[in-house]
Amino acid sequence: METLTTILTGVLVSVATYLILSRSVLRVILGTAVLSHAAHLLIMSMGRGLKSGEVPILTDEALSYVDPLPQALILTSIVISFAVTAILLVLAYRTYRETGTDNLFEWRGIKDE
Amino acid sequence: MYTVNLAIIIPFLAAMIVPIIYKRIKGIHVGWFVFLVSTALFLYLVSYIPNIASGETYLYTFEWIPSYNINFITYLDGLSLIFALLITGIGSLVTIYSIYYLSSEENLSHFYTYLLLFMGAMLGVVFSDNIMVLYVFWELTSISSFLLIAFWYHRKSSRDGAQKSLLITISGGFGMLVGFIMLYVMTGTMSIREMITTISGFHDHPLFIPAMLLILLGAFTKSAQYPFHIWLPTAMEAPTPVSAYLHSATMVKAGIYLVARFTPVFGGELTWFWVVTIVGIITLFWGSFNAIRQTDLKALLAYSTISQLGMIMSMIGISSVALRHGHSMNMVIYTQAAFAAIFHLINHSTFKGALFMVVGIVDHELGTRDIRRLGGLATLMPITFTISIIGSFSMAGLPPFNGFLSKEMFFTSILSVRELHFTSEVWMGLIPVVAWVASILTFVYCMIFVFKTFLGKYQEEKLEHPAHEAPFGMLFSPIVLGLFVILIFFFPNVLGNYVIKPAMYSIFPQLGAEDLGQHVSAWHGFNLELKMTIGVIVFGAFLFIFLRHWKGLYNWILPEKLSFNALYGNSLELIEKVSKIITNSYMTGHLRDYMVYIYIFFIIAVGGTLLNTKAFLFDIEQYSTVTEFEWLITIAMIIAAISMLLVKSRLTAILLNSVLGYGVSIFFVIFRAPDLALTQTVIETVTTVLFLAAYYFLPEWKKEDSKKRSKIVNGIVSVAVGVIFTTIALAVQNGKLFESISSFYENAYELAGANNIVNAILGDFRAFDTMLEVVVLLIAGLGVYTFIKLKARKGDNPLEDK
Repeated sequence: METLTTILTGVLVSVATYLILSRSVLRVILGTAVLSHAAHLLIMSMGRGLKSGEVPILTDEALSYVDPLPQALILTSIVISFAVTAILLVLAYRTYRETGTDNLFEWRGIKDE
Repeated sequence: MYTVNLAIIIPFLAAMIVPIIYKRIKGIHVGWFVFLVSTALFLYLVSYIPNIASGETYLYTFEWIPSYNINFITYLDGLSLIFALLITGIGSLVTIYSIYYLSSEENLSHFYTYLLLFMGAMLGVVFSDNIMVLYVFWELTSISSFLLIAFWYHRKSSRDGAQKSLLITISGGFGMLVGFIMLYVMTGTMSIREMITTISGFHDHPLFIPAMLLILLGAFTKSAQYPFHIWLPTAMEAPTPVSAYLHSATMVKAGIYLVARFTPVFGGELTWFWVVTIVGIITLFWGSFNAIRQTDLKALLAYSTISQLGMIMSMIGISSVALRHGHSMNMVIYTQAAFAAIFHLINHSTFKGALFMVVGIVDHELGTRDIRRLGGLATLMPITFTISIIGSFSMAGLPPFNGFLSKEMFFTSILSVRELHFTSEVWMGLIPVVAWVASILTFVYCMIFVFKTFLGKYQEEKLEHPAHEAPFGMLFSPIVLGLFVILIFFFPNVLGNYVIKPAMYSIFPQLGAEDLGQHVSAWHGFNLELKMTIGVIVFGAFLFIFLRHWKGLYNWILPEKLSFNALYGNSLELIEKVSKIITNSYMTGHLRDYMVYIYIFFIIAVGGTLLNTKAFLFDIEQYSTVTEFEWLITIAMIIAAISMLLVKSRLTAILLNSVLGYGVSIFFVIFRAPDLALTQTVIETVTTVLFLAAYYFLPEWKKEDSKKRSKIVNGIVSVAVGVIFTTIALAVQNGKLFESISSFYENAYELAGANNIVNAILGDFRAFDTMLEVVVLLIAGLGVYTFIKLKARKGDNPLEDK
């Protein structure tokens, strides 16, 4: 399972890289979003072993639990990447309003007064 | 009592006071204050002469950075005393001269501040025993010289000259610093005195020769040796007192001082002898050769300074032979070369200082210093004429002036090179011949200096002011220097016994007193040296008389565009041009290109490491099983991801992104992470809404119109990044080296009273992360609000209003 997830993250990273290298700002932001998905999945699969225990909520029956630490890390990361994505989107929106284009190649050479 | 340390500090303190005096006291010229300071220092140092002459030395330590062995240690011995006397003595004469030379409209407080800075730095150079402190003062002289050259900073030529001299001397200074550090690494001490006692054990050290060459680089750039001499003629844009002081008498001799000071350290090595001697001889010849073609009097004097410095340098180089073989009767002749070098150094300071002041007077009174416009001033400016005769005849090496004595001693030492048997005879025989030819050329330019300026036809129509004698205040300093030129000729042994002999102890600490002294006599018999001088006069007079017949050869042999100056200018331009081309070629301003650089670096650095260490081992067996449902989700996500690249509409792309996000939350469910699944679902929803909102405001998704080639590059880069990423992840999963610490958190109930372990980690065990994450969210919220609400500055119309 870990191998499969890792390969999936690899594909996501490739896609994200390609999107980040493109010209449209929306594609670039989508690329960062895909990249954060890949990162989260990778952190998950780097833990003590996937599906190797019960849900990490203490009960009397459970013998072992899955690794809780990566889950806490990912939870933090999700929130942060959401904040960054929101900022990026608003920034792109604002820049488009000011410059009239969403093409990164045309942004070059626009004077900031 | 740190008296000598204080002597270094006093000029710096005075430099701080100068602007205050300049502002407060209007009646008295501020230069008199500077004169007081330098004269007081001079008299103080003169009081040391008897003790130094009897062989004493003075060492004062003031702790600066003791933990790094860097202390402000001054060492007063014969060698440093000579230089200090020159610095302060000529310093006070130059100050008097400058009081009358500079008009009161000039920014005098700047001038004297820089001059005092220079004086203090120069005293620091000659007195410092610690190499790091020496380097500090060394760079301070470069900087103060830079400031003084560009004193008339509104002129472009002044700024260019200052820039050139700074670039050249500072590069040499850096080389010297590296050499100093190598010396420290070798010997473990920063004190020159201690190095001299221990250096004999390090002659085979691999750093010995590099350190020597780097320190020589510093000395050669400072002393304007070939081919680093080009900064000195352009430094003539400085006010004439500065040229007289810095660029003839003191700063350019800092390199000579350094070579003399390090002769006991490196002198035993044959490389030292060859480099110093040959560079000195070439500089001697090149300087005198080029001086003749100059039409500007200051440029002529600049080249003559270069030439004379080369002569002194070559004599110090020859004297190092004495260290190679130790004490023997034959070696005395070589130590005399060092005596001659110091003797000529003093002589040069006297006559060259006087000559510069003469040029300054001519320039000041007539408004030009172009030889082609001057002539016939002898009767109009008799005192100036007399001084310039004294100065240039001394420079040419004629009796009864001090230059004659040192020129004879120079011939003696250069002839002694013939007795050395390192390599083939022919080679060695060439050195005296070159030196002799250079002396002839020296004679020619000295005659040009006197006769083209003061004799011939008086051309008043070409001058700005009619000629008349200068005021006495300006004449005072050159008269004093001219008197010294004659006095030293008649009483050379006073100087020799009291001042030069102790300096010889410093250069040859291993040798006894009987080898070092020398009796200088004006008449030394009708020997080869005297015949050479007669030859110089005969050939020189012949060349001077027929000067206009052969002067045209210069442009034929050495056109201006082939000079070192042109090489320097062109290479500076070329460096600028090439670096601009290189920078523009990769700094495109496109985000995509910079991302490509970053990714390519990742591929090369990380992928290369991976290949090198062969770390890509992995083992699939030990992992948990995969159900069909999981296969399905994975494949669906891969398809969604790849089709994101291909879809035509941005709406589809946004939705595919949310497919990925919800896929991730399904995985979280499968991987027993309920909190994550919950958060991921909510956040993914909100993100999609955000994307859709932005999409509403953004323009239609245009087709990517980039070139096919860059698309292929993008593709290759992305695949490579993905592959390397996957390989590393797999390799890391394989190499679990120790148990996870996560079992600790299973005590959540005992430690934190929580059943949900993940939430206990977030809110209790690692709550700091959570707190700052909340801050991130807060800042992002504020940012979003600001971006949307805040309009651009007043009067700036947003785009949609147009």
